[in-house]
Amino acid sequence: MTSAVVLPTKTVGLDVERIRDDFPALHQRVNGKPLAYLDNAATSQKPQVVIDAERDYFEHDNANVHRAVHTLSSRATLAYEGARDKVRRFINAPVRESVVFTRGATEGINLVVYTWGRGNVQEGDEILLTEMEHHSNLVPWQLLAQWSGATLRYLGLRPDGTLRLEDLDALLTRRTKVVAFTHMSNVLGTINPVAEIVAAAHRVGAVALVDGAQSVPHMPVDAQALDLDFLAFSGHKMCGPTGSGALYGKRHLLEAMDPFLAGGDMISSVSLEGATWNELPWKFEAGTPSIAQQIALGTAVDYLSDIGMEAVFAHEQELTAYALDRLGSIPGLEVYGSAPQRGGVISFNVEGIHPHDLAQVLDQEGVAARAGNHCAQPLHRRLGQPASCRASLYLYNTEDEVEALVRGIRLAKTFFGA
Amino acid sequence: MSLESLYQQIILDHYKNPRNFGEAPGCAVSVEHENPLCGDHLKVAINVADGHITEIKFSGKGCAISQASASMMTETMKGRPVEEARSLVEEFRRMMRGDQEFAALDEAGEMEALKGVLQFPVRIKCAVLAWDALESCLRGL
Repeated sequence: MTSAVVLPTKTVGLDVERIRDDFPALHQRVNGKPLAYLDNAATSQKPQVVIDAERDYFEHDNANVHRAVHTLSSRATLAYEGARDKVRRFINAPVRESVVFTRGATEGINLVVYTWGRGNVQEGDEILLTEMEHHSNLVPWQLLAQWSGATLRYLGLRPDGTLRLEDLDALLTRRTKVVAFTHMSNVLGTINPVAEIVAAAHRVGAVALVDGAQSVPHMPVDAQALDLDFLAFSGHKMCGPTGSGALYGKRHLLEAMDPFLAGGDMISSVSLEGATWNELPWKFEAGTPSIAQQIALGTAVDYLSDIGMEAVFAHEQELTAYALDRLGSIPGLEVYGSAPQRGGVISFNVEGIHPHDLAQVLDQEGVAARAGNHCAQPLHRRLGQPASCRASLYLYNTEDEVEALVRGIRLAKTFFGA
Repeated sequence: MSLESLYQQIILDHYKNPRNFGEAPGCAVSVEHENPLCGDHLKVAINVADGHITEIKFSGKGCAISQASASMMTETMKGRPVEEARSLVEEFRRMMRGDQEFAALDEAGEMEALKGVLQFPVRIKCAVLAWDALESCLRGL
């Protein structure tokens, strides 16, 4: 045994310290304390490669896409459409025509409501949502119900913050035209059984839209395997720039839909009497898109893919379990939701301290957490709390940062005598 | 910017022992305001006789800043002529924009404690909530 090869210890988890080096914004002090950025459900920080991609585009390739024959326009178009291919692979969409670039999940859902919804949902039809939806997957459907005369139905919640799947069959009828629900709750962290709900929707002939704003950044999401009809998500929550994002739609659905916004680039020919539409996906991309941002989203997708979404998910699972355990040790602290399948979004309240005040104390300790209703007022009403404090984790978060959160909460309790 | 500059003792005292807090079934006018940002809701109820605010109460849930500011507001307004109350709301708003010194409104010497809020711009909405609700009450007269 003299020449035994020493194998490196197998690293099960991510090399978080190396990952942290990629994110310049993480390395700063806030109010004299090292920043612990725990507001990732709102938006993620950006790695240097993404920041560079956006800057490089403006420094070298800046031109409009799909329009001119000159070299810069050609480069811009190649990069923009290249980003679409990256996003297509990331969610395993079968064809690039199915990937429509949007400014984010909100725009994607509105696109479906305004085009597919107005074309397909009528008086007497039903729209099935859940009680845990973010306002962006709630209010557009409420508008559609008002315009069309359709009825909104809601799948309720069990005490642990999972969906009442036992009610699903009763709520799904021949009148149900669409089932729209979140993959992962932005308040409770609950990960919903997407495939099961989508299959149930399809059995009654309904279309399924999944709000992937909190799932696509944090776990592998396979649009084909889950048989999704629509999937909306935002780039800025997954290391990409604000103003980037995508809507996946099954090709035959997108093809049958009217355009959303009308203008340049989305047409094939225009006369004074009317117009015909461009091919997919450009039919839905009127005007000059967020070129630099979508190109940089492509870089973000490369960055996440290189690390591997399974590894990202595993790290967050481990850290979530750690955080839940540590928060559980604080008297008077209540965490909302205890779903067996959950992601790294943890909402809670501390008895005797308003979440706004708690978040303020945390900020003084360098901990960035969110207080409020997290754009989910109906869910908070159901929890009997006007607001909550939320810590949400990502691939670069550490146990030390969870400890900073715990220290901040203890300090707030002392400060407010709670 | 320290925690103590935002949550001064006077503020914590008003938060923990709010003045004129509670439901006011006898009050003729009441208005409920919400802060959609944080989900807080705050109700202000008043009675007016001979052009004066004879009774004022507030109720609801909110953070330390919104509750303390509401408590101070009720103390400031009780017994005031309605016209004066209206202009005091305006003055308070100017103060919270940093356009006016606090002394003008600060008979009890307590309002100064809210000055710390100016260093935390996102919290200004919390401080103004009760004053907005009172203005809506006065508009209804």
